[in-house]
Amino acid sequence: MIQDLLQSTPSLLNFGIFFGLAVLLLFVVLGFVTYGILSERKIMGFMQLRVGPNQIGGKWGLLQTVADVLKLLIKEDTIPKKADKPLYILAPVIAFAPAFMVLATLPFTDAFQFADIGVGLLYYMAVSGITTIGIVTAGWASNNKYSLIGGMRAAAQMISYEIPLVMSLVGIVLLTGSLNLNDIVAAQEKVWFIFLQPIAFIVFFIASVAELNRVPFDLPEAESELVSGYHVEYSGFRWAFFMLSEYVYMFAMATLTTVLFLGGWNSIPFLDFIPAAVWFGLKFSAVFYVLVWIRVTFPRIRADQLMEFGWKVLLPIALANIFLTALLKELFKLF
Amino acid sequence: MLRTEEMLLNVGPQHPSTHGVFRLVIKIDGEIIKEATPVIGYLHRGTEKLAEDLQYTQIIPYTDRLDYLAAMTNNYVLCHAVETMMGVEIPDRAEYLRVIAMELGRVASHLVWWGTYLLDIGATSPFLYAFREREMIVNLLTELSGARLTFNYMRVGGVKWDAPEDWIEKVAEFVPYMREQLAGYHELVTGNEIFVNRVKGVGTYSKEEALQYSLSGANLRCTGVKWDLRKNEPYSIYNRFQFNIPTREEGDAFSRYHCRMEEIEESLKILEQAVEQFPTAGPIIAKVPKIIKVPKGEAFVRIESPRGEIGCYIASEGKKEPYRLKFRRPSFYNLQILPKLLEGENMANLITILGAIDIVLGEVDG
Repeated sequence: MIQDLLQSTPSLLNFGIFFGLAVLLLFVVLGFVTYGILSERKIMGFMQLRVGPNQIGGKWGLLQTVADVLKLLIKEDTIPKKADKPLYILAPVIAFAPAFMVLATLPFTDAFQFADIGVGLLYYMAVSGITTIGIVTAGWASNNKYSLIGGMRAAAQMISYEIPLVMSLVGIVLLTGSLNLNDIVAAQEKVWFIFLQPIAFIVFFIASVAELNRVPFDLPEAESELVSGYHVEYSGFRWAFFMLSEYVYMFAMATLTTVLFLGGWNSIPFLDFIPAAVWFGLKFSAVFYVLVWIRVTFPRIRADQLMEFGWKVLLPIALANIFLTALLKELFKLF
Repeated sequence: MLRTEEMLLNVGPQHPSTHGVFRLVIKIDGEIIKEATPVIGYLHRGTEKLAEDLQYTQIIPYTDRLDYLAAMTNNYVLCHAVETMMGVEIPDRAEYLRVIAMELGRVASHLVWWGTYLLDIGATSPFLYAFREREMIVNLLTELSGARLTFNYMRVGGVKWDAPEDWIEKVAEFVPYMREQLAGYHELVTGNEIFVNRVKGVGTYSKEEALQYSLSGANLRCTGVKWDLRKNEPYSIYNRFQFNIPTREEGDAFSRYHCRMEEIEESLKILEQAVEQFPTAGPIIAKVPKIIKVPKGEAFVRIESPRGEIGCYIASEGKKEPYRLKFRRPSFYNLQILPKLLEGENMANLITILGAIDIVLGEVDG
């Protein structure tokens, strides 16, 4: 349907439909963020011998995140006197907009995807890189020493981990011969890529955790060292935008992991009667759960060790994986 | 070439990892620390001066507030100093209660250190696990003294309250439970690659330096000096127990971590033996006058607190109040090596090094 709309002549109706779809996606994402945060807190509570939110919205705390967001909305919006005001205001927008943009290409099921473009994977990588600029801008514009250090760390980290992240995916592209995410899912109908590309999966997963700025790679906001890094001066809804972009990325990254390595909406044999959306949801939840699990378990890595690990360990492994995949494919026609 | 500048950064006094109101002014080049100047005194209450106007029993609650994580040892050092000057004989049951309370306090203190240290390093869960066990100890000590943190439990000549019914059994039950949990701690943290990389070889100093800076406690023992006052200058009834002094040779943050974790085990050993030997009946306080007057003269005693050697000096003119009272507060002495250790390190190591020293600001500032 969307393909037809894209090719038809522009009109107000088209605009209306696109706008409506974007709003729909926004609600899907906000719904995820609301309950993603809640489930993260609940899982963390379960692992850390606590109960987690249980006051607002019944005993499951179903409205806790809503209340938190409302609180942030009515909070005073402070801008430090010596901050670079235009940049300070712009930074959360730069950080958030790409987070939302990348969602357009992600195929949730065979029917539910907003833009099926040929270079979907490349688009994701390229657009998500923009967020770094928002974070560095925030760190610089706040005119705070802690946030400056945080912003610098974020820039260094995201650049160093984007490379192994992309490199680890080259193997998959070699196997499918396409950058289109739908094609990649279709190629996994028989075997998931996690089994064909185990090394790539490990590299990708580690690099993606680093990209998400989550424990053990949460250096840009290292609470105990930099107080909270690049967003230390932000309050109210501007701060919420940073948090929102972080969780939207988590949503996007969990989706991407599912699509690239876990066979997307494909079912496992003999269980085809379960709808595709359920399969996708299950795999997605598993990835999400592992991400939370990692957060609960690990301490934070140190900045220099992080760089060393990225450049000296992950990148060579990712490159070796490309080499190996190409060799196996061409010489032995294994795939 | 770009022009670069050194940046002056204030870490604290309101900073999540300074464990209280400790301030550190650091000059950094990028993330490398060029110079570090500690600023202390934000929690200074003048305990020593206040004590000069107080009767001896009235000083005890003030000692609770020095090292608030191990208040029992602080209580003890003051009582011990006064008792030494007066030559009081302490009843057996009181001594056992004191030792059990102090060792429970030592375990609790190390647990808090373990939890907060890992929180500094970025792991959130160990903190909650440590506090679960600490909560049990705090509950035990509450049953004993009526307070969770500032116990005010000991008196000159003995202790204030006798152990409630079944209390000793509860302590006996706690020991094996804690051992089991300790194994879990090691499983979760000690072998963790990231953790080991963060602490191994960080903040290293030699045996000579440690002695020059007058470090004590785990900070000294991590360099290989076998020095623990409970063994080397036994006070109270510590000579009745079998336990080891855990030491390491490396002198880095990881060795300090090991020393403290092993100290918990040794404390559990002492608790086990103390519970076994605990006298079933007897007085809990010696016969001392209601108003304590210490004979003219001076005395200095020192004992092993969880953080190192805590000492108490009393100069008396034979009155109800001391003429001069001084505490040798181990955190204050241990902190002095910090600027030297920080030079040339990066921001992340600052937290690791500061945390490994294990300071309590109430004690640093007095």
